[in-house]
Amino acid sequence: MRNLWIGLTYLIFFLLIAAPLGKMTMSAFSQGFGGFWDALARPEALHALMMTGFVVIVVTVFNTLFGIMLALYLVRANWIHPRLKGLLNSIVDLPYAVSPVIGGLMIVLLLGPDSALGALFENMGIKIVYAFPGMAIATLFVTFPLMVREVMPVLQEIGSQQEEAASTLGAYGWTTFWKVTWPSIRWAVIYGVILTVARSLGEFGAVLVVSGNIMNKTQTATTLVYQDVENFNVTAAGGVALVLAAFSVGLLLLMEWTKRRKEVH
Amino acid sequence: MHVEVRGLNKHFGDFHAVKDVNFSITKGHLIGLLGPSGGGKTSILRMLAGLETPDAGEIIFHGRAVNNLPPQERGIGFVFQNYALFKHMTVFENIAFGLKVKKASKTAIRDRVMELVELTGLKGFEKRYPHQLSGGQRQRVAFARALAPEPQLLLLDEPFAAIDAKIRQELRSWLKELIERVGITSIFVTHDQDEAIEVADEIMIINQGRLEQKGTPWDIYKEPKTPFVATFIGESTLIENAAELKGFTGIGGGKPTKALIRPEYIEIGSLHEFKMASATEQGIVKHLHFRGSEWLVEVEVKGHKLVTYRSLEKDTLQPGQDISVLVHRAYLFNDDHSWIQENGLKEDPMPVFI
Repeated sequence: MRNLWIGLTYLIFFLLIAAPLGKMTMSAFSQGFGGFWDALARPEALHALMMTGFVVIVVTVFNTLFGIMLALYLVRANWIHPRLKGLLNSIVDLPYAVSPVIGGLMIVLLLGPDSALGALFENMGIKIVYAFPGMAIATLFVTFPLMVREVMPVLQEIGSQQEEAASTLGAYGWTTFWKVTWPSIRWAVIYGVILTVARSLGEFGAVLVVSGNIMNKTQTATTLVYQDVENFNVTAAGGVALVLAAFSVGLLLLMEWTKRRKEVH
Repeated sequence: MHVEVRGLNKHFGDFHAVKDVNFSITKGHLIGLLGPSGGGKTSILRMLAGLETPDAGEIIFHGRAVNNLPPQERGIGFVFQNYALFKHMTVFENIAFGLKVKKASKTAIRDRVMELVELTGLKGFEKRYPHQLSGGQRQRVAFARALAPEPQLLLLDEPFAAIDAKIRQELRSWLKELIERVGITSIFVTHDQDEAIEVADEIMIINQGRLEQKGTPWDIYKEPKTPFVATFIGESTLIENAAELKGFTGIGGGKPTKALIRPEYIEIGSLHEFKMASATEQGIVKHLHFRGSEWLVEVEVKGHKLVTYRSLEKDTLQPGQDISVLVHRAYLFNDDHSWIQENGLKEDPMPVFI
C-alpha cells in the first residue's frame, strides 16, 4: 500500500514536471541542433529575447529600489499614521490577488491612447501602452510585492535598535543604512531580486494585454512562444521556451543557495 | 555634563507616558531612574537621547536647550537594554563605529579602541562577533562602544536586565567603579531597587509618568515623600487605620490615617526585654521563615499582620507563641499629607530619677 502511494507520487511528479520538460526539449531539437538554432536566430526571436531582457533589467532595478524604500517606510516611518500604514500594507499585496491580465487592462485603461493621461503623454511624444514603457510598468505591477514582502519581515525582525544605536554614535541616515541596515537585509534583497527576475522573465498575461504583441516591436519571449504555438510552429516555440526554462532553472539553483545564506544570517 | 529637564511631557496616542517631569543633574553624578515597568523611565531616557521627541518641555545640556538637536549631535552615549550590538561587525568594529563615523584617523581609532578594550576587560576578544560572546561580555562591548566617541552623558536602559543574577552582581560594581573612573555623568534605568540603591549616587523614583522623589538612596529610604515611594522602596506592611496601634492614637487630628511599617521599625521580644513596657502590644507569632542570615517573623497584632526580622542569636521563636511587639515608628499618610511618626509612648511621660 505504502509503495503504491510512493509510486503514485513519483508518477505524478513525472507526468507534471519531468515529462513536459523532456518533451519540450525533444521538440526543440526535433530538427536537430540546426533547427533549434534556426528557431532562435529568427530576427523576431532575437528581438523578443532582447525585449524580455530589457524588461527584466528595468523592472528589477526599479522594483529593487522602490521595494526596499517602501519596506523601510512601512516598517520604520513613525510619521505615517498606523492606519495608513495598514492600508498601504494591504495594497502591496493587490498584485498577488488580481490576475495579471486584469492588471494589464488597468494600465491600458489608465494610460492607453484613449485615456486622458495617455493622450497627454502621446502629445509629449511618449508612447506608453503598446510600447516598452507600458510593458515595464505592467511587469512592475505584477512583481511589486516580491521585494517588499522579502525585505519587510527582516526589517521587523532586526528591529530599530541597531539603527538607533548608530544614530547615538553620530551616524546619519545614509551611513546608518549602508553600515548597519544593509548588511542585515542584503540576502533578503538578493532573494527578492532573483524572484523579481524569475517573475518578469515569465510574465505573460499583463504584458500581452499592454504590449499588443507586435512582432519585432513589443513582442517578448513568452508572447512569442504563445504566437509560435498558435501558428503550429512547435519546434520554434520549443526552442525559445527552452531558453526561458534554462534561465529559470539557473535562477532556481541560485535561489536555493541564497535561501541557505539568508538563514545563516 | 550638567543636565536640566523642565516640564517634560510625552503622550503615546492616548497614553500620557511622562507627566510634567522636572529635575537637574550635577556633573559627574550617577543617577538611577527607578520605578515599576511601564512607568515612563525609558521614555525619559529616550527623550534625553533624542530618540523620542517630547510633546512639551525643555531638555537643557550645559545651559543649552537641545530639544531640536538630533541624537547624532547631543554628545551622548546610549547603552540599550539588549545592547543592540551591530551583529555583523566584530567587537573591534563595533567599538570603532562611532569614531569611524567622526572620521578619526586610523591610528587614533586603533588607540582608543584598544584603550577601551583594555578598560572593559575584553582583551583577546576584539575579533569575535557578538553572537560568540556571553551576555556579560556583550554588555561590556555595548558599554565600550557608547564610551568610544567620548560622550558627555551616558544613558543606560536597564543595563543588567538581560544578565543572570550572579554575573549581574559583579557587573554592577564593575560598572559603578568604571563610571567613577571615567568621571562621566550617567543615568541608568532600572526596575530593581537593590540595583538602584547599590549603584546610584542619586535615585529618581518614577511612577505613572511622574517624578515622585529625587534624592540619595539613604534619604529616599529614610524619608519617603509619597506613599508610593514608601511602599516601593524597602519592605513594608500597610495598616489601614493607624490609630488602632498603641502609641499612635489621636494622630492625624482624627482624620483616617494609614500607616506603613517597615520590618526594622518593629522590635519583638518578651515583655521584660523592653524598657517601656507600656508602649508594647501583645501579639502572636504566626509564621517563621528562615532567610539565611536571619528569621523573617510574621506576628499578628490586633488582627494586623506585621513583618519583622529577628537575629539568629536570639531565642528561636515558635509559631503560636505570645510575644510583645513595639512599633518604634511608622510612615503615616492621609489624603492631605504624609510624615514619619515616632511612637508616642516610647518616651517615658513621667521619668522617675532614683
